Amino acid sequence: MPPELLEFEEPIAVLLKEIEALGMLPATGPRDAEIASLRRRIESIRADLYRNLQPWQRVLVARHSSRPSTLDYVEMLFTGFTELHGDRRFADDHAIVTGFAWFHDQPVLVVGHQKGSDTKQKIYRNFGYARPEGYRKALRTMRLAEKFNRPVFVFVDTPAAYPGIESEERGVAEAIALNLREMVVLDVPVIVVVSGEGGSGGALGIAIGDRVLMQEFAIYSVIPPEGCAAILWRDSGKKVEAAEALKLTAPDLLKMGIIDEIVPEPAGGAHTAPDEAARLLDAALARTLAEVGALAPDVRLNRRYEKFRNMGRLGTDFVDQGG
Amino acid sequence: MAWFKKTRTPIAATDKSSRVPEGLWVKCPGCAQIIYNKDLAANLSVCPKCGHHFRLSAIERIQSLFDGDWQEYDAGLVSTDPLGFTDTKPYRDRLRSTIAATGRKDAVIVGRGRIDGIDTMVAAMDYSFIGGSMGVVVGEKITRAIERAAADRIPVVVVCCSGGARMMEGALSLMQMAKISAALARLDRARLPYIAVLTDPTTGGVTASFAMLGDLNIAEPKALIGFAGPRVIEQTIRQKLPEGFQRSEFLLDHGFIDLVVDRREMKATLASALRFMGATGHPAAEPAVEPESAEAPGAPR
Ligand SMILES: [Zn+2]
Repeated sequence: MPPELLEFEEPIAVLLKEIEALGMLPATGPRDAEIASLRRRIESIRADLYRNLQPWQRVLVARHSSRPSTLDYVEMLFTGFTELHGDRRFADDHAIVTGFAWFHDQPVLVVGHQKGSDTKQKIYRNFGYARPEGYRKALRTMRLAEKFNRPVFVFVDTPAAYPGIESEERGVAEAIALNLREMVVLDVPVIVVVSGEGGSGGALGIAIGDRVLMQEFAIYSVIPPEGCAAILWRDSGKKVEAAEALKLTAPDLLKMGIIDEIVPEPAGGAHTAPDEAARLLDAALARTLAEVGALAPDVRLNRRYEKFRNMGRLGTDFVDQGG
Repeated sequence: MAWFKKTRTPIAATDKSSRVPEGLWVKCPGCAQIIYNKDLAANLSVCPKCGHHFRLSAIERIQSLFDGDWQEYDAGLVSTDPLGFTDTKPYRDRLRSTIAATGRKDAVIVGRGRIDGIDTMVAAMDYSFIGGSMGVVVGEKITRAIERAAADRIPVVVVCCSGGARMMEGALSLMQMAKISAALARLDRARLPYIAVLTDPTTGGVTASFAMLGDLNIAEPKALIGFAGPRVIEQTIRQKLPEGFQRSEFLLDHGFIDLVVDRREMKATLASALRFMGATGHPAAEPAVEPESAEAPGAPR
């Protein structure tokens, strides 16, 4: 199968092979018509597949190596981006990028995970696994935005915070914890987009904001399905079952009140039409920024508090049976 | 408000979920000595020979800190299994059997009482309830505890003992990290004391939220404290971890713990720290707690 295609896209691979074979033949009217018809067929199959994506299939789409990244969206949605580096404590983490830019002519701060698309970039970005410095850089630059009263856009796309010796030595837990506490009181609009993989604490560590949007095929989970399967089923092969049980899809999270809005993606996922994905995202971000930006600061901060305060609802997620 | 009064009972006498094994004698995993169970209980479940800290249940923990009577809050909160989660068995059944076995409805107890005369809100986690894991009930109870303490302007102490977020409540569990941390932001801005006590084990989402946000982070000796579990790290780096990695003393060395305190000194240390932070206790005005407070600060037990 072509590397761009995911395992459940096998029917598309078959048609692509046919097109490839036709391409070897001399160009004739009937041949071109046949190819065009096959292409239409692919689009229709793709649309069907993506309309009915199962949770595990969404995990695969969210992790697709061609899925637009933070820096891709920076290029498509913002102008004049200047990257800012380092946590002023230890190092510059490459799995989280930060910088200022202009969004519809308005100066803003952008923060986001960066996984890297080719092998060299993946290694440089540590596959999007941020170390403590990444979280500290994010908070440092967000405080810069607060000082100069600039809104913050956050793109979330990480498998997890880096589970390694140096992460523990330098206090990745403390770095994430501090962000959770400080982002809730950061006195500028903060708009979060879960754009790919929302991987547990490593995602949440930059994901506190006035609004949390989620792209249609992104995921957000307390643990990767493989890890959950290994622990609860004692069999990491049960990842499909775990993906279903964890309710990690955008519609599930919207129902639970964890995200505020689902941003639609192109029919075959953001990776098949990045420009279209960016256009859809741009509209949602512009509208959200206008709404959040219109709130008085104390109202905005109170609502942000209440939003997270009310995750886990009395009568729905838990009940009070009395003393 | 759903709370009721509890009267103090002798430590370890009532709670069957204690980590001190039942029977008359117990072999200490620290020094392999045989210890008389009653001696262990009288010593806050710390080995009198080598100082090994056996795990305490939440109720034992609370009783080890408060002077006398205390009020429990929100004891009736129980999870509805919001995801309808099933792995090899339904989470609903797991919850039901754990509730039956422990006599508790979830993994944390919240109580208000006096620590050496200082009116304090304490939340203590219980490892025997699904590994002390944090789902919506743990998140809600700790958040309410912090909000009540902020309203009444009293200090908060949270005793952590948890494997992290509860997988069976999915992203809702993850969000409890944000919820509790948000409440702590308000407590912090109100300049009220918050002390995190880290006990064995404190890992995952609990470490990456309230366990690391104390004005003081105090650990018991040799507790496992970390974000990623040791096995996950070993799988990632494909090598064995060094001895003592992710233990209290390791975190102290790396600057993430203010101090490591023997359990037998914990109450006196907390009282002293809370006084430094401006909390005042009035033992004399509280006849019920007078005998306790007279011996508490720094006194050997
Ligand atoms: Zn011993």
